[in-house]
Amino acid sequence: MPSFGDSVKGMSKGLGVTLKTMLKPAVTVHYPHEKEEVTPRARGVIALKEENCTVCMLCARSCPDWCIYIEGHKEKRPARREGGRERTVSVLDRFDIDYALCMYCGICVEVCPFDALHWSPEYEYSEFSIASLLHDKEKLGEWEATVPEAEPLELGAEVKKAKK
Amino acid sequence: MSHLLAFDIPGGWGTTLGIKTLIVMGLIPVGALVLGYTFLLKMMSHMQSRVGPMDPGGFHGWFQLIGDGIKFIQKEDIIPAGADKRVFKMAPAIVVMSTFLMFVVLPAGPNAVVAGALHKGQGGIDVGIFYALAVSSLSVIGVLMAGWASSNKYALIGALRAAAQLIAYELPLVLAVVGVVVQAGTMNLQGIVFAQQQGKIFGWSGIGSPFILTQFVGFALFMVAAQAELTQPPFDMPVAESELVAGYMVEYTGFRFLFFFIGEFGTAFVYAGLAATLFLGGWSIPHVNGEIANWIGPIVLFVKIMLVAFLMFWARFSYPRLREDQLQALAWKWLIPISLINILVTGALKVAF
Amino acid sequence: MTSFEVDPKLYSPLADSQLNVELDTGDMILNIGPQHPATHGTLRLVVRLDGERVIKADPVIGYMHRGYEKLTEYRTYPQITTLVNRIDWLSSFANEVPFIGAAEKLMNIEATPRALYIRTILTEMARISTFLLFLGEMGLQVGAITPAFFGFRDREYTLNLIESATGGRFHPNYNRIGGLKEDLPWGWVAECRNTMKKMLDSCDEFEDLVMGNPIFQARTRGIGIIPAELGASYGVSGSNLRASGVDWDLRRDGEPLLPYNEIEWKTFTHQDGDSFARYWVRLQETRESARMILQLLEQLPAGPIMAKVPRIIKVPEGEIYVNAENPLGEMGYYIISKGATGPFRVKIRTASFSNVSILPWLLQGIYVPDVITVLASLYFILGDIDR
Repeated sequence: MPSFGDSVKGMSKGLGVTLKTMLKPAVTVHYPHEKEEVTPRARGVIALKEENCTVCMLCARSCPDWCIYIEGHKEKRPARREGGRERTVSVLDRFDIDYALCMYCGICVEVCPFDALHWSPEYEYSEFSIASLLHDKEKLGEWEATVPEAEPLELGAEVKKAKK
Repeated sequence: MSHLLAFDIPGGWGTTLGIKTLIVMGLIPVGALVLGYTFLLKMMSHMQSRVGPMDPGGFHGWFQLIGDGIKFIQKEDIIPAGADKRVFKMAPAIVVMSTFLMFVVLPAGPNAVVAGALHKGQGGIDVGIFYALAVSSLSVIGVLMAGWASSNKYALIGALRAAAQLIAYELPLVLAVVGVVVQAGTMNLQGIVFAQQQGKIFGWSGIGSPFILTQFVGFALFMVAAQAELTQPPFDMPVAESELVAGYMVEYTGFRFLFFFIGEFGTAFVYAGLAATLFLGGWSIPHVNGEIANWIGPIVLFVKIMLVAFLMFWARFSYPRLREDQLQALAWKWLIPISLINILVTGALKVAF
Repeated sequence: MTSFEVDPKLYSPLADSQLNVELDTGDMILNIGPQHPATHGTLRLVVRLDGERVIKADPVIGYMHRGYEKLTEYRTYPQITTLVNRIDWLSSFANEVPFIGAAEKLMNIEATPRALYIRTILTEMARISTFLLFLGEMGLQVGAITPAFFGFRDREYTLNLIESATGGRFHPNYNRIGGLKEDLPWGWVAECRNTMKKMLDSCDEFEDLVMGNPIFQARTRGIGIIPAELGASYGVSGSNLRASGVDWDLRRDGEPLLPYNEIEWKTFTHQDGDSFARYWVRLQETRESARMILQLLEQLPAGPIMAKVPRIIKVPEGEIYVNAENPLGEMGYYIISKGATGPFRVKIRTASFSNVSILPWLLQGIYVPDVITVLASLYFILGDIDR
């Protein structure tokens, strides 16, 4: 057991900590009225840039809990140049992400070879019913507007050559 | 308002009694709300580096607790299947009743005291503090009833702990007060206030003679024991959220839980009032007498109550909890011997001077 | 050591009805959990009480079994990091490192030095955030409300740092075979340095508010003593074992996954082995981790973040066991690979499981309030027990 003097000291130190904290301003962010600044890397919601998607299905296959649903069909398009061959283009019919299942791991964004998927730090899309958490391609396209610019990297990082 | 308490109202004792009952019934929940809001919601939040409720009612969430009260009243009153229904229902009322009974002897002005003010002279009943401490132990019965009737093991453990604790701490509480009683020469709370107001420190009457100066050991003992009587940390084993979940209250819902809540904070209000009256001079300001004291008395008393309650809740939010056997050891090995020595010294000095 | 056999009657839903109806001084069987604030999660303790003294305590686990070992068999290596994040959810980053390390060793790939340094920094940060929660939580379990909020408040700073680097607050999924997902954002190092200084201050605050408090000491000193040999034989690891006086730290003694030998640091041991010793050790280690991060930031090398890795990751055939010092103790992965994109079988050795297995021995003969203290001081995560 600590001595009487130590006890009194220990007890009063505890009181001191709480009193000191009380006199300092609180750290609370008053959420609905003001918002915390989200880091640009935050994995809030996945945005889809539809014109970049080639229906390659890589994202759907690499998703660890298979929450991406993709359907597409092939269409013939006229040739780019005069006399060229007709092109076959894959057209996206359906691109759904079920956010009720999503683990927010970001593998789909990373694996996409054509930069069609991006992370947006938006987080305010809660719903009253679980079914409404299934975002279709129109809704995922709307998130594209909230995607931030990539941050510059820290000192000492290897700067990659810009893609394309 | 104090006049209502002080004088016979035309209409006889029946009307007076009715009005007084209403005032007490109204004041206790209001006191509980004020303490709950100021300390539990706001002070605790700021001590923990947060802000507490901000939106209900507009200004710093003042409506939060009232809203909570309304919510509790709306909720279903669940009685566990195995419970002893009648006892289960009665228990919260008994806990609250003991709070109400304690409050009636607390003077708020020279004439404003609920019990015994009808008599001329000092007012207040002659065994005031004795009565207050006696009825305060009634709540033990309510707590035991609640714990037993809930037919829940956690509730039972909580109730038995509460019984052991409340009874053990009655003794230091009473003994801490004896010093004050010896010094004032009366058990009448009104008399104790007058003794402090008109007392002198070495012939100087500038601040009267608040007993906290001469009886600071008694004050410390009283605060510790009151903390234990209120089952607040560091002595909150009967409710112990992290081990017994909520102890004897675990099965209570709705307005019965609200009763316990009012009981808890109402009792804190009353104990703070008792401490303010016994050690800080109660409603009195030295050299303020006569009619004006009746008006400012309640305000002064309220300010002093808040001061004492601040100390109580400050400790509550800073300290961890003792174990049951350590609590008993503290009571019997430390508090009671110290309070006995305090009485001895007070008595000796009283005879000497 | 006392032998401990399981009484099947304890599990009967009618356990209550088997108590004698007549008034005698029988024992009382108390169910602590699965829904109980002290078990932070869904641990169930069936406790046989004599008064308030525990005669026999029996932890029942499995209420949160999520089958992660089986799930890994159906996923590729990059996908599994998202799963192992969720084993010990308080220090998810520290879970990834040994798993990725095991895969790297099987593939004979070495991560770049910069990646290893950043891994070390984030692992230590995970340790700080876990321990800060412990420092507060322990106060809460002993009865003080305020430390818990301090713990959450200070942990938030480290979580913000983890989020701004990795993108995820709790589940970073930042490690890749051969390196990391991406480099740190601009300004991160400076912010990290400030935060670590703040962490050192907040450790002082915990020392004043909780550890120095005589009530806290009265509640924790001499309670739940784990003797060194017994603890080791039960497989108790990490800070719990160091609090019993065994100077064993996988960061120093294990096979090096991360460059811990390139910085100056020390381990902390306590001779008592009681709840207080465990609190003391963790408090010191939080401080030490903050100091380690400050050093690592100084020495952070420049360079690439990813080694050369084939595009489709196939791990060659083989078996390997890799362990590392998780905040809660030894965490290990035993991976059997048959040359596919995913493992054939993964066995996960988690710290909490072994730490909790000593409970029946540890809880005998102490009071109910101390059961809570001991549980809190062992500091287990339910996801880490049940996987």
